[in-house]
Amino acid sequence: MSWITALRRRTVAGYAVVLLGLVTVGMAYGALTGQGSPASAAIPGTVSPQTLAQGKELFTVTCATCHGMDAQGTSQAPSLVGVGAAAVDFQVSTGRMPGKVTGPEMERGPVTFTTQQIHALADYVASLGGGPAIPSAAEVSTTGANTALGQSLFITDCAQCHNFDGAGGALTYGKFAPALTDSTNTQIFEAMLTGPEAMPVFPNTTITPAQKRDIIDYITRLRAEPNPGGFSLGRIGPVTEGIVGFLGGIGALVFLAMWITMKRRES
Amino acid sequence: MSETQPSHGLAPEEDGGQSRAPHRVIGTPPPAQARTLLGEAPGSVAEPEAPRELPAGPDNPAKAETAEKVVAACFILSMLASFGFIAAYVGLEVHSVDATLRSNLALGLSMSVAFMAMGVGATIWVRSIMPDVEQVEQRHPLAASDEEREAFAKTFNEGAEASGFTKRPLLRRTLIAASVPLAVAPLVVLRDMGPLPGTSLRHTVWRKGTRMVVYGPNTPLRAADFSIPGQMITVAPEGFTENQDVLAKAVTIIIKFAPGQLVPNTPSTPGTIMNWTVDDIVAYSKICTHVGCPVALYEQTTHHILCPCHQSTFDATAGAQVLFGPAPRPLPQLPIGVDSNGFLIATSDFHEPVGPAFWEMG
Repeated sequence: MSWITALRRRTVAGYAVVLLGLVTVGMAYGALTGQGSPASAAIPGTVSPQTLAQGKELFTVTCATCHGMDAQGTSQAPSLVGVGAAAVDFQVSTGRMPGKVTGPEMERGPVTFTTQQIHALADYVASLGGGPAIPSAAEVSTTGANTALGQSLFITDCAQCHNFDGAGGALTYGKFAPALTDSTNTQIFEAMLTGPEAMPVFPNTTITPAQKRDIIDYITRLRAEPNPGGFSLGRIGPVTEGIVGFLGGIGALVFLAMWITMKRRES
Repeated sequence: MSETQPSHGLAPEEDGGQSRAPHRVIGTPPPAQARTLLGEAPGSVAEPEAPRELPAGPDNPAKAETAEKVVAACFILSMLASFGFIAAYVGLEVHSVDATLRSNLALGLSMSVAFMAMGVGATIWVRSIMPDVEQVEQRHPLAASDEEREAFAKTFNEGAEASGFTKRPLLRRTLIAASVPLAVAPLVVLRDMGPLPGTSLRHTVWRKGTRMVVYGPNTPLRAADFSIPGQMITVAPEGFTENQDVLAKAVTIIIKFAPGQLVPNTPSTPGTIMNWTVDDIVAYSKICTHVGCPVALYEQTTHHILCPCHQSTFDATAGAQVLFGPAPRPLPQLPIGVDSNGFLIATSDFHEPVGPAFWEMG
């Protein structure tokens, strides 16, 4: 084992250990921050028999395995009767559905279908039992929105889970509230309307469409805010900033202290 | 003390050397011959003196020549960075958020470089130019010698005598009379930490008939508008939505459940008090019973309410019983009902204090 001791006593060993620690922390941090992909906006269309037939076809092929042939739900997945077109559009346009694997949280991912296919699917599911419709482009437009009221509502009813900056946060048993950085206006509107997964429902009777637009306006304006110091650090707040400051700062100080006190080579 | 010797620390000759400790002014260095400033204690002169001579030049003159240039470069860099700091402070605008960010970055960066370069230069100077000799400095006893202590006591007593502190009781007593109230004054100022909260921690502004309004838009809410299981919203007492002192205690969350989901309170198992709910809508204080964070992470799939600060978890179906975390008791449940217009109202105040525990709560 003497080679270990010899290695340990090398001048570089101390640096290597500190560097290894910093790299480990950095990689762990990187693994914790994922990226999503943008999804398409949705515009509701008129429902024709052909559309319904196309939707049913898509449903049978891609959804029925888990949700049942008549969308009545199985032990694997909930019933879709009455969830509405908005819920289908949210889940499919964010790539959460069709789900590849079951887990605590369906994650945002690549979108499988075209907007036309998603709408056909949504119309078919809506035909099974109604539910909230996909909001129109005008309904999710933030022109003239009251950002201040949006902020008040966001901080009161959204920020606990989605973070004050919309960066998302952890829930129980592996579930998490996703970041709102890639969500389209329509998707945010639909999420409030339908309450996907663990999220509570905020229907138009509680938070009116105008107030929803205010919230959306606040969220989209948040994204444009500059990052103090030039680094966002995931925008998840003082914990990351503290870790980076502490490990980075202390790490640098350790290197400096080692350099200052390092024994000079005999000349 | 007019007869005190000049404070150059020499022993007065007329006393015959060390027979009597010298007078000296308090706070000045002890007599020079008593001990060296950095060295051995008196009486340790017999110990061998450590070699104290420093080499005339650096260990490695060639390396020192290079190091000198590096150190000089560091100092020049530091100087330039300091000029940069001044230039950034004078030149950069701070009239918008973006401009302030740029200004902060420039100020912080230039000041860091200035300090860093100066420190690095000094370190290289020490490491490569100054001779590498280890020196030992002996510690000496901290206590003064007996002679010095006696001299101090004598000086002190003489001074006390001469000041008349003991002989003039009028001065002494008036001085004490002046000092005592001065010492008490800071204690009186502590009074401003009050008034004591009294029973205010036990009450909120919720009363029988107080309407619940959605916090933010401050609109009242009908039970019929809150009819979808899985709904949750933060509500405030109507008329107090701008009063943060009131809201700090009174803010409440309401959650809608499907029929049959709520676990009723029974003598054997704690649960939701069903008389305090309306149409399977239940209201809980939003103030965590741990340290008072706003608890509003509601998972409609598990019916858990989470506190974002310390992960206290409450079961919303069963009277917000604590499932996990440091919270010591359930979130207080607010008795609610509907008024004649169908709006959600409180039917009384909370029946227990909201928020963290306090001494008298028991």
